[in-house]
Amino acid sequence: MSKRTVQFSIYRYDPDKDEAPYMQDISVDIEPTDRKLLDALTKLKAKDDTLSYRRSCREGVCGSDAMNINGKNALACLTDIDDLKQPIVLRPLPGLPVIRDLIVDMTQFFKQYHSIKPYLINNDPPPERERLQSPEEREELNGLYECILCACCSTACPSFWWNPDKFVGPAGLLAAYRFLADTRDQATSERLDNLEDPYRLFRCHTIMNCVDVCPKGLNPTKAIGKIKDMMVGRAV
Amino acid sequence: MSIPVLKFDAVIVGAGGAGLRSAIQLSEAGLKTAVLSKVFPTRSHTVAAQGGVAASLGNSEEDHWHWHMYDTVKGSDWLGDQDAIEFMVRKANECVVELEHYGMPFDRTDNGKIYQRPFGGHMSNFGEKPVRRSCAAADRTGHAMLHAMYQRNVKANTQFFVEWMALDLVRDAEGHVIGVTAMEMETGQVVIFHTRATIFATGGAGRIFYSSTNAFINTGDGLGMAARAGIPLEDMEFWQFHPTGVAGAGVLITEGVRGEGGILRNSSKERFMERYAPNAKDLASRDVVSRAMTTEINEGRGCGVNKDYVLLDITHLDPNTIMKRLPGIREIGLQFAGVDCIKEPLPVVPTCHYQMGGIPTHYSGRVVVPHNGDHNSIVPGFYAAGECACASVHGANRLGTNSLLDLLVFGKSAGDSAVEDLKSGKAHRELPKDAADKSLARIAALDSRKGGANVHETRLAMQRTMQTHAGVFRFGDLLKSGVEKILEVEKAARQLEITDKSMAWNTARTEALEMENLIEVAKATMLSAEARKESRGAHVRDDAPDTPEFPNGRNDQEWLKHTLFNSADNSITYKPVTMQPLTVEPIALKTRSY
Repeated sequence: MSKRTVQFSIYRYDPDKDEAPYMQDISVDIEPTDRKLLDALTKLKAKDDTLSYRRSCREGVCGSDAMNINGKNALACLTDIDDLKQPIVLRPLPGLPVIRDLIVDMTQFFKQYHSIKPYLINNDPPPERERLQSPEEREELNGLYECILCACCSTACPSFWWNPDKFVGPAGLLAAYRFLADTRDQATSERLDNLEDPYRLFRCHTIMNCVDVCPKGLNPTKAIGKIKDMMVGRAV
Repeated sequence: MSIPVLKFDAVIVGAGGAGLRSAIQLSEAGLKTAVLSKVFPTRSHTVAAQGGVAASLGNSEEDHWHWHMYDTVKGSDWLGDQDAIEFMVRKANECVVELEHYGMPFDRTDNGKIYQRPFGGHMSNFGEKPVRRSCAAADRTGHAMLHAMYQRNVKANTQFFVEWMALDLVRDAEGHVIGVTAMEMETGQVVIFHTRATIFATGGAGRIFYSSTNAFINTGDGLGMAARAGIPLEDMEFWQFHPTGVAGAGVLITEGVRGEGGILRNSSKERFMERYAPNAKDLASRDVVSRAMTTEINEGRGCGVNKDYVLLDITHLDPNTIMKRLPGIREIGLQFAGVDCIKEPLPVVPTCHYQMGGIPTHYSGRVVVPHNGDHNSIVPGFYAAGECACASVHGANRLGTNSLLDLLVFGKSAGDSAVEDLKSGKAHRELPKDAADKSLARIAALDSRKGGANVHETRLAMQRTMQTHAGVFRFGDLLKSGVEKILEVEKAARQLEITDKSMAWNTARTEALEMENLIEVAKATMLSAEARKESRGAHVRDDAPDTPEFPNGRNDQEWLKHTLFNSADNSITYKPVTMQPLTVEPIALKTRSY
């Protein structure tokens, strides 16, 4: 790769001075070593310190820098600059209130995550040593526990856009199934009761945007399907 | 100026592993606790830890805490305090099992126990051969651990202040710590958290170096706050360069890769570690491997067009093992090196990774400073744990997987100590009228200054200076000129200017405040390193070479002591290393080899 100039069109809004959001056209020169979109944003930030976005680990495990990139939700740190059509159009994640520029208010997203009781429930007195779990039982958690709570999925989901207060959303439901699938967890029926509702689980219409955008390659739709199976299973 | 005061029993600054572990103790004890974090808790940098957490569970072969203790003392090049090290390794099993009970998805052995893999410097029978001691969840152990602990805190109803940045420590006239000032990032509002206990769990400051595995948020905020409040910083010359950062990108490749059988090779495909560490080879301690790699590169045996990296080879491993035990590494290779490690070796270089020094603490988590002839006098109301603290268990070089253990054990013990100290029901001490003045003045200066230094350029100048003058190998003359240079950068860092004046989510202001913390760490590092005229662990200098009188350049007669750096006057004092463990015989001084 070589030195090159990258063209952007970026959503800007500072509640302290802007009456309304606007799209800013801006470009930045980057070095041959700049591979990811976040590298270019870092260069841009050095040029204009008012540009606001979240970022931390820059390697796709913390989930901070989720944004809408050329119309699709993704992490800036895992997106190759050279794969993107220019000008690169950056917007905040859709469906959540914008605080400033690319920073959204994630309260509703985390409220739904918290609503599924995202912690292991096991009321037996803890044994002296670890609870045993076979490698096969542990494998059931693969594809579930790796979620980084970036919100790419939930904010790509039309059902979440319409009912963010009622529909748990793909990230929350993936977490719900992570505990339902854990042989150490004892709260299966309580967890299913908590989702037995026209909205919380059943607003998923398998549109599968969540699968399409997940930067970790996870499949919330599949997990949701398994919860639905469990619901049916216990109704029988 | 009157600003809001929030009263809590305790405030925990930082919601990474150490902060979350402390919070569990305080919340479950029913104390009114506030946890402040610059980022949503699961975005803290503990999330990026990969390879595992050390505990002598002995799930796959015989192991013993005493062997773990020996390895840790030896790894520290005898600079670690042996009481704290014994305390840590003996708590390891309990702390790891607790995590499992919280729901952490550890990998499993065939009989259902926690899976363990070998790791650098961890040996059986007092240094004989590598042992399986690292408890792992694939190569995502930090992620699995951080999420499990956040989830436990959700269960315990811990009160989080998410996206709040702590600004300064509040001390009263007697020196008691009675809280912190902090800024809500969304609104720019400054608030005083008035408390009876203040626990720092603010992590490391790897961003002082140009090339680092660390996240952007690792800016040493706790160390900056402590230094500004007159607390000395301990052993800051000791920084770990992790052998395997992705060349160019800096992203971490876990030592677990070598634990699973990975081999380092130079340009002629030679397994060069056999020459440097005939016994442990690729699983020697991190400082040893990083120096070996740097020597290979310096002597022209590096790879690539510029011969500036070596290769980490796992192409001989079963692809199924890679997919099962190292799936994240394969992703990182594809993402950041454009290499599929199943088919091709990964390009790697030693990269700044971990700060062994920090805020001086007792193993109970209480902060200790020299006072009236006592080297370790407790600062009432102040606790620290994890990478920001120096207990000191890592001494001059940390073993892989001992950092996750450190944050569990000392996060818990700091929490327990705070609970114990608060039981007496002491009232909040009176808040001085000027409690927030220092913080407000810092912010006002940033908002009004014209013709000051640019934050980005100042940070770059600091990072380049640290990289050139205080890297893997250190040189007497470069350290000397490094001191001058970093003091120049400090002047700029005290005169920062930002153009963003908004009150809403002002990241320019946050980065400037972080820079004021980073420079405290960079200065402490450079000046402490220049002053230590020996080679020990991760601190190796050309003018303290390997000689018969001083093997490996280590000089125990003069330098078996901890550095304490005072920021106010750039002075250095020293305190003795604790050689006496809690219950066993001291691990006697010995020349270190692997």
